[in-house]
Amino acid sequence: MTLIAPGAGSAAGDPLEGPTATVDEHGTSLWRGALQRLRRDPFAITGALIVVVFVLVALFAPLLAPYAPAGAQWGNQVTPSDVPGPSADHLLGLDAFGSDLYTQLLFGARQSLIIGVVSTGLGLAVGALIGLLAGGIGGWVDVVLMRVVDVLLSIPSLLLAVSVAAVLGRTSISVMIAIAAAQVPIFARLLRGSLLAQRNADYVLAASSLGLRRRTVVLSHMLPNSLGPVIVQATLVLATATIEVAALSYLGLGEPNPTVAEWGRMLVKSQNRLETDPQLALLPGLLIALTALGFTLLGEALREALDPKFRR
Amino acid sequence: MTVPAVTLAARRREGTPLLSVRDLQVRFTRRGRAPVRAVDGVSFDVAPGQVVGLVGESGCGKSVTSLAVMGLLAPRGVEVEGEVLFEGQDLLALSSDELRELRGRDIAMVFQDPMTSLNPVVPVGTQVTEVLRRHAGMDRGQARDEAESLLERVGIPDPARRLKDYPHQLSGGMRQRALIAIALACKPRLLIADEPTTALDVTIQAQVLELLKQLVAETGTAMIMITHDLGVVAGICDEVNVMYAGRVVERAGRRELFASPRHQYTGGLLRSIPRLDAVRGGQLTPIPGSASDVLPWERGCAFAPRCSAQDADCLVPDLELTLDDVRPEHRLRCVHPVPPPGAAL
Repeated sequence: MTLIAPGAGSAAGDPLEGPTATVDEHGTSLWRGALQRLRRDPFAITGALIVVVFVLVALFAPLLAPYAPAGAQWGNQVTPSDVPGPSADHLLGLDAFGSDLYTQLLFGARQSLIIGVVSTGLGLAVGALIGLLAGGIGGWVDVVLMRVVDVLLSIPSLLLAVSVAAVLGRTSISVMIAIAAAQVPIFARLLRGSLLAQRNADYVLAASSLGLRRRTVVLSHMLPNSLGPVIVQATLVLATATIEVAALSYLGLGEPNPTVAEWGRMLVKSQNRLETDPQLALLPGLLIALTALGFTLLGEALREALDPKFRR
Repeated sequence: MTVPAVTLAARRREGTPLLSVRDLQVRFTRRGRAPVRAVDGVSFDVAPGQVVGLVGESGCGKSVTSLAVMGLLAPRGVEVEGEVLFEGQDLLALSSDELRELRGRDIAMVFQDPMTSLNPVVPVGTQVTEVLRRHAGMDRGQARDEAESLLERVGIPDPARRLKDYPHQLSGGMRQRALIAIALACKPRLLIADEPTTALDVTIQAQVLELLKQLVAETGTAMIMITHDLGVVAGICDEVNVMYAGRVVERAGRRELFASPRHQYTGGLLRSIPRLDAVRGGQLTPIPGSASDVLPWERGCAFAPRCSAQDADCLVPDLELTLDDVRPEHRLRCVHPVPPPGAAL
């Protein structure tokens, strides 16, 4: 190693004093930072693309679909041994009842999205409220609420969903409640856990030292710091919800109205034609898997983007 | 009517103290184990406008003392006894709601680590304005304007823009300035600074200390400065309490203490830091052992196991904090004090 000649060092620029990144980032929150990281993640982009296409299809199904989803308009063309395949009139052919398969698939996306979003929203709202009360108040409130959640959690989610659907009867609403009920414990425990992790944080002590009310400390300091994992979980749960919607209607507990297109029911109804017309089951199955994959990719990428350990 | 400065100073000396801590005891109780006495009979006074130092190494109970004064110790597993009189009112007897009214308005605190003491997901501005809205009854607009002038006062450039920033966008020194602005927002009468410069680098330390000194002098806020850094003490404190193993072992004015430390522990501390007037190439003398080598106070001087002057006489149960016979402004808890300079040999 040679000694740097006097005067040479400062001109060359000490690496420690070199120009640091002086990008103007005033008001950039952790969330915006996470978004920037997401944009560089190919998995996130793939997931987001799938989700966006799914949502657009669900929203604009009536515009995209060539026919109304009334069902069975071409029932006379379907024979017990044969379902008409793709033709000029029907892009993907007919389904087992004589409805346009393409139309049914598009409207099925709509049903999956509505049930998935509503049930996850419901599960998130109730679960987060329980978690907030348990983690924010603590004491016996925490003990009681968490035991209730433990009981809920000990029942397998599909079984829970089946029993709720069985009690409330076969409607879309009972499917939503059933799926939401299975999600409540997940969100409750998650939010309570992250609130508890914040409880001994320095900034919580500092906020308390300012005489802020307990409610303010919990709601405007601890809660915003605890939401990250909950939002990630909500994205991941949307994937499970899509599958559960299909599973419930596969089990015959879904929407009873046959004119409402539903991917899960499309699977059931095409079971006995699997050998002759596999596309009837394969296409809705593929869509269920693809949607779940999209939400999972997006959720996992979001988890990484928000996790300080993965931050570069 | 303005009070002449002389009378103010006189009132500071004679008047009733702003804060008077009397025989404060804090015990941490753990199931199935002997309780730990973190603070073991600490008493001290803080007069209006005075800066009182609590000095000692890690684990001596200085931070626990400050948290007990603020009423911020966890409610479970902690027993607090004694009196904390703030303007004659015992803070330990107040309900948590009454205490909450006081905190942030009359007594505020600056914490050690500016990196973690600001909420990372809330803009700095919101964190300044919320205390103003809570205690000063300001609306959003007033609080924002006041927050801007507060940030300006603590030396944060471009305060309007900084208010929108998140903590991670501020440097460590800036963050500590912001925390000081928050603590001083409601013009508290007592500020407790718990190692406010420990997490900062040396040049920033000096700036932050200077800022604290200036703000305290301007507003007449009394301050408790908690630190392990004797340099900080020398720079800012009027009176110094040296703590060891949960008790105050020596109390003196700043000049007194540095000119002639009397307790063996204080003497050891001063010998272990470099001095400008020391002989060049002279060696520093560390205190042997660690803070965990303590004797329980009820058996003798807790510092005896590490003390070079200790002998059998040191095993006096519950040594008292007594007036020094050589230095009248001095109190200490020691059997064999360091001889004052000039008296040696």
